[in-house]
Amino acid sequence: MVLIGAQVAMILTLVGVSRGVLGNMQRRAKGTGADILIRPADSSVTSFASNMPESIVDFVRGIEHVQIATGAMVHPISNFDTITGIHWDEFSKMSGGLALLKGKKFEKPDDMVVDQVFAAGHKLAPGTPFNFGHLWNITGIVEEGKLSATFVDIAALQDIFAEPGKISVVYVKVDDPKNIPIVIKSLQAQLTDYKIYSMEEFLSLFTTDRVPYVETFTKVVIVIAAVIGFLVVFLSMYMAVLERTREIGIMKAMGASPGYILGILLRETVVLSLAGTIVGIGMAYASRTLMASVAPNMPQLIVPDWYPWVTLIALGGSLVGAVYPGLKAARQDAIEALAYD
Amino acid sequence: MTEIEVRGLSKTFRVGDVDVHALRGVDLKIEGGEFVAIVGPSGSGKSTLFNILGGLAPPSSGTVSLNGQDLAKLNDAGRTELRKKSVGFIFQKYNLLPTLTARDNIEIARDIAGKSGAWDPQYLELLRLLGIADRLDHKPRALSGGEQQRVAIARALVNGPALLLADEPTGNLDTENSNAVLGILKDLNKRLGQTILMITHNPEAAAFADRTVTMRDGRIVQ
Repeated sequence: MVLIGAQVAMILTLVGVSRGVLGNMQRRAKGTGADILIRPADSSVTSFASNMPESIVDFVRGIEHVQIATGAMVHPISNFDTITGIHWDEFSKMSGGLALLKGKKFEKPDDMVVDQVFAAGHKLAPGTPFNFGHLWNITGIVEEGKLSATFVDIAALQDIFAEPGKISVVYVKVDDPKNIPIVIKSLQAQLTDYKIYSMEEFLSLFTTDRVPYVETFTKVVIVIAAVIGFLVVFLSMYMAVLERTREIGIMKAMGASPGYILGILLRETVVLSLAGTIVGIGMAYASRTLMASVAPNMPQLIVPDWYPWVTLIALGGSLVGAVYPGLKAARQDAIEALAYD
Repeated sequence: MTEIEVRGLSKTFRVGDVDVHALRGVDLKIEGGEFVAIVGPSGSGKSTLFNILGGLAPPSSGTVSLNGQDLAKLNDAGRTELRKKSVGFIFQKYNLLPTLTARDNIEIARDIAGKSGAWDPQYLELLRLLGIADRLDHKPRALSGGEQQRVAIARALVNGPALLLADEPTGNLDTENSNAVLGILKDLNKRLGQTILMITHNPEAAAFADRTVTMRDGRIVQ
């Protein structure tokens, strides 16, 4: 039952983390306060290429109805961690400001400001040195939910990682929301080599089917989970049939048909699967707590809409696993089974 | 009344490359309501006859008529149906399902036979006769050997079988419990007219039957 629970928890955790991470990214993108984004042609929803010349920002500022434009550089450190270089004042103006909870903004090239979730996860406080692709000095902690979890001065980031004058994205705020389509049209006409999104359109891209590999990875995990369920039930039912050979013989002596014996084992499998699913849902809650403490930048959502699916996957894998042992039991010779000790 | 007629019954098993002739032309007639004991040494064919009469195994040749139905012509499904409706078994090792209470052990026999609902008054009377009416909610491990065998008798009779087959029913019991169980079988035979065929190697147990049939080397010798 616990092993069936583990397969269920595996699926729920994966889907929950996928949605949690994407939801987090969506919320942070929205938190920039921008109306339009300009990104390199080879970027995806979750990946940033730092190959746009920063001079584009000045060009964008010259377009009619553009109120604020600011560039940001996103530098990847590991699979899920990035450092974001910003112009503090410009970004604050656009987003309404990064709310400092502790310390102060970055001032020197090696200074870094992190959000509260990242700080808690890495046990950071103002004044703490932090090796994160470079030795940074934490100067402040801000409220989470805007753009990124880590902020440094964009010029310093470009310099440290040898990408001078390069940015990953331009955030644009328009003077009036009704002018967003006009500005987008103008940008699309003049910046033909870049992806230009309204914020609304960009946020709609944060779904698992739009992110490369997430959908495929989820399917692979589902197949693995179903195979685990199959093997677990197959082995446990096989053992159960062996252990209960005599009992099966007794029932056959009483006139139990092969269908009756198979029915008993399949009903037991269904109960085992459903109980395992409930255990798995509980384990998904436990994994959410665990994720929150060990990987706070990867929030896990609870996904009740997947409960019917995991139930079906657990049931399907288990029933397939129970068929062979069930048939073996149903076909047992009553006399041999009664003689079994 | 139930009548069992066995004619020219033989059963041959293949053990490796050797044919083992367990029954070699058995002829036997049991009248309805008779209590018959079959005695004989190990290997005489008692158990094989028991298995064929109970529909647990098919004969190699010959005819076995139970209430006019030829068991030799039944396939697996037919023999299953026979065991479900017409035969009740009592075994030496009681063979109760260990995870079920006495009541559920009886209920599962009814369930297999497709019966449900409350037990009829006659059956409740039978439980009182067996002395297990107040032990029904106990699992086998909480019952004595004698009680377990009486539950097994109750289970064997719950579907009103035409034939009650008992294989060494007192083999695991002490003298007191053996006599009690045999007394119950005798009483069931006399009161209800239950046809009983009991296999035993114990002459004292066989003495409870109306008639004793002796087997040796796959044949009835007396």
